[in-house]
Amino acid sequence: MFSTVRWRVIWITLLVLLCGWALVPKQDAEGNPIPPLKLGLDLQGGMHLAVEVDDSNAPPDADLQDAVERTLTTIRNRIDQFGVEEPTIQRAGDRIIVELAGITDPERAKAIVERTAFMEFKIITDGQSFVTALPRIDRAIVNAVGVEHLRPTELETQVDLGEVLGARDTASGAADTTAADTTVADTAPNAMADSTQGVTPTPGAVPQDTGPATPADSAHDEALHPLAAILRPGRVAGEFLVATQDQPTVESWLELPEVKELIPRDITLNWGVEEVPAGGNTYLPLYTLEAEPLITGEYLQDAGPATRDPTFNQPIVPFETTRRGARLFERGTSRHVQDNMAIVLDQKVQSYAVIRGVLSRRAQIELSPGSSFQEAQDLALVLRAGALPMPIRIVEEYTVGASLGEDSIRQGRMAFIVGIAAVVVLMIAYYRFAGVLAVGALLVYVILMLGGLAGLQATLTLPGIAGLILSVGMAVDANVLIFERIREELAAGKTPRTAVDAGFSNALSAIVDANLTTLITGIILFQFGTGPVRGFAVTLCIGILASFFSAIYVTRTLFMIYLNRRASSESVSI
Amino acid sequence: MRLFTNAHFGFLSFRRRAYLISGTLVLLGLGSIAVHRGLNTGVEFTGGTMIQARFTRSTSVAELRDLVNGAGVTGEQIQPLRTRGGESIQEYLFRVPTTDEAEGLEGVGRQVRGALEGAFGQDGVEILRTEGIGPKVGSELQRKAAFALVLSFLLTLIYLAFRFEWRFGVAAVVATIHDIVVTFGFISLLNIEISLATVAAILTIVGYSLNDTIVVFDRVRENLKKKRKESYEETLDRSINETLPRTVLTSGTTLVALVALFVLGGSVIRPFALVLILGIAIGTYSSIFVASPVLLEIHHWARRRHAGPAHATG
Repeated sequence: MFSTVRWRVIWITLLVLLCGWALVPKQDAEGNPIPPLKLGLDLQGGMHLAVEVDDSNAPPDADLQDAVERTLTTIRNRIDQFGVEEPTIQRAGDRIIVELAGITDPERAKAIVERTAFMEFKIITDGQSFVTALPRIDRAIVNAVGVEHLRPTELETQVDLGEVLGARDTASGAADTTAADTTVADTAPNAMADSTQGVTPTPGAVPQDTGPATPADSAHDEALHPLAAILRPGRVAGEFLVATQDQPTVESWLELPEVKELIPRDITLNWGVEEVPAGGNTYLPLYTLEAEPLITGEYLQDAGPATRDPTFNQPIVPFETTRRGARLFERGTSRHVQDNMAIVLDQKVQSYAVIRGVLSRRAQIELSPGSSFQEAQDLALVLRAGALPMPIRIVEEYTVGASLGEDSIRQGRMAFIVGIAAVVVLMIAYYRFAGVLAVGALLVYVILMLGGLAGLQATLTLPGIAGLILSVGMAVDANVLIFERIREELAAGKTPRTAVDAGFSNALSAIVDANLTTLITGIILFQFGTGPVRGFAVTLCIGILASFFSAIYVTRTLFMIYLNRRASSESVSI
Repeated sequence: MRLFTNAHFGFLSFRRRAYLISGTLVLLGLGSIAVHRGLNTGVEFTGGTMIQARFTRSTSVAELRDLVNGAGVTGEQIQPLRTRGGESIQEYLFRVPTTDEAEGLEGVGRQVRGALEGAFGQDGVEILRTEGIGPKVGSELQRKAAFALVLSFLLTLIYLAFRFEWRFGVAAVVATIHDIVVTFGFISLLNIEISLATVAAILTIVGYSLNDTIVVFDRVRENLKKKRKESYEETLDRSINETLPRTVLTSGTTLVALVALFVLGGSVIRPFALVLILGIAIGTYSSIFVASPVLLEIHHWARRRHAGPAHATG
């Protein structure tokens, strides 16, 4: 199945089609073209940062691993502030790697990364003062943005309205069940009695006027109430849901100075991190919080680790405040029993819990029974990130401006074309028709190579382009070895067909050895290298595999076809 | 077209002169490294900040030096980069070593940028790329690079020992060490900066040089099996000559592709391409004039050891 000419041609065609297909530009859900080859930061411009936790001032017994995890949580929490699509934030040993493609303001991005985490515990208000201010806020938005700019978004959101209202019903219905909520309780023995008594449902009954309870009559009407038309009632009072796709719009409105002025002084508006699915769409919660925090992260002494409640087996996260923090916490919570307390990290609401009683030095957050232990661990990490913020130090930075990236792509493409053209001319001049066959195999090689890169979703970097060009030279090497061998066999008086066969089989051992040693180097480079060097290693490795296939299989097949076509196989053009 | 077909060059009779050439190259390289007090390692390995900036009006190293010194930056290296697009657009590379682990990285970049933007205006200067590496990361990378070099060496040696006789492996490794030393020598002489890309280029050269050597040795092995009535030296010469067309053509095509990269590639890729060009030229030379002669010397040495006692008794 592999050796007849017909099957060989079929296999090669299939493989080429597969790789060619990988190279066809695709479109994402919104119809934007996705380039087949992912470009590295050095080609599209962007920033690579490696940050370390600065533990020089930490106590000697501090847990570095935990500090790195906390910092990772903190930086992830700020992911949307980088203002780039698909930021990468990952842990590599004791370091955190942040990669931001196409960034326009590197200084700002660095400032965002380096900022120390800031945590607050804040009460979620009932949202009434905000709802009262909403008509004036809407007027301000209309004046600032202009009616004509508002309509398109409104019409889109209107489609979901019925579904969402339905979803609201189920959401508030769920909130009515007594024990279904995350609560925060004191762990001191005397308070225990209080708190167990104090379990009450979250105020799930949403005031009817918090959102567009009645569907707006016309697009025009919605355009006059842009914000009110977008806000949906949330699961608790003081929570509003905004369709995820509308979030940037709402955020930009809330940033308007004339809107900021109208937001009641005693509240702040904070986004939540957790997306809420409802009616086939996802929503981001927006909370109205008391401007004055109950306590801030500096009054938190420690938090976690997450455990399970011995009686009810639900996940709990204990935390501890400082002595001074305990007094503030007592005073604050005594006025807010049964209210919702939000845990806010870097201005974003991570989670909230019902206060079951007056809280003091030691308290614990009891997650709603349906929650997973993982959620509790994540929450513990968030609390520790706020309680024990660690200064962050940038230890490695690469920034490439977009214009340099464009230059590099242009120069790389030109070098690639010139390099290939030179090789083609050399091969055909030297080997005549066999050279043409080799060029055909080389063409297959280039398609396999690029298709392989696209298929493996490898990132093309500048050294990667160099690797590509270099591997073209190496792809030719296998052909040269074979052709020289065939020439020798012909010179020794063999017939063309036997000479070709002998040429291929005798050249094989040298080709295998040569390719394998280079592959070893490639794999080591991949292991040791970071970023650009890794890109080079990837193209080198894929290049070796593709060149091996193209020389051994494709060239051979082309030779077979060539020899079959000739009636009298007395001579061969090589 | 045919080149060097049926060539009968006496490569091995040339070996003493080759030793002289190689020895000179190695000494020259080591000497240059000694004179320069080590290699010119880039900020990636020493820690520091590198900034590449493009200016819309003509400037000079002296002017730029005054500017950054005025901003309190010391120990800087400023290098003009060759650009196309005439005199009006100029690019310069700034390198500032970091001495302070704590704040150096951030501070220096901002200082240089501030000084340049102050003098040329926001529109007069464009920061094309910056690299900032803390000294700790730098020394870590240095260790990793050395480790990768040694590891690739060892693995290839093991592979060769497995595929060939040990003496082939030793000869191939001697040739490769020769290539690395001479390449480093040229890097030092031409004052090319050792960056991550340069290390990648050197590792590629290792692979390529071994590749070349293997092709010749593969032929040697094959010719030895044929048991012609000829000396070891003649077999080696025959093998080199038989593979000569391939050696010339492959090196030629690869070099052509690399020269295209060197001429057309930008400031980032040019040093990388240059190291590869040097390395491939050296690798081709060594596969003929170092690897095979070493193999011959090992053969002579082994035969003397075997024949030695026999001579003594006879």
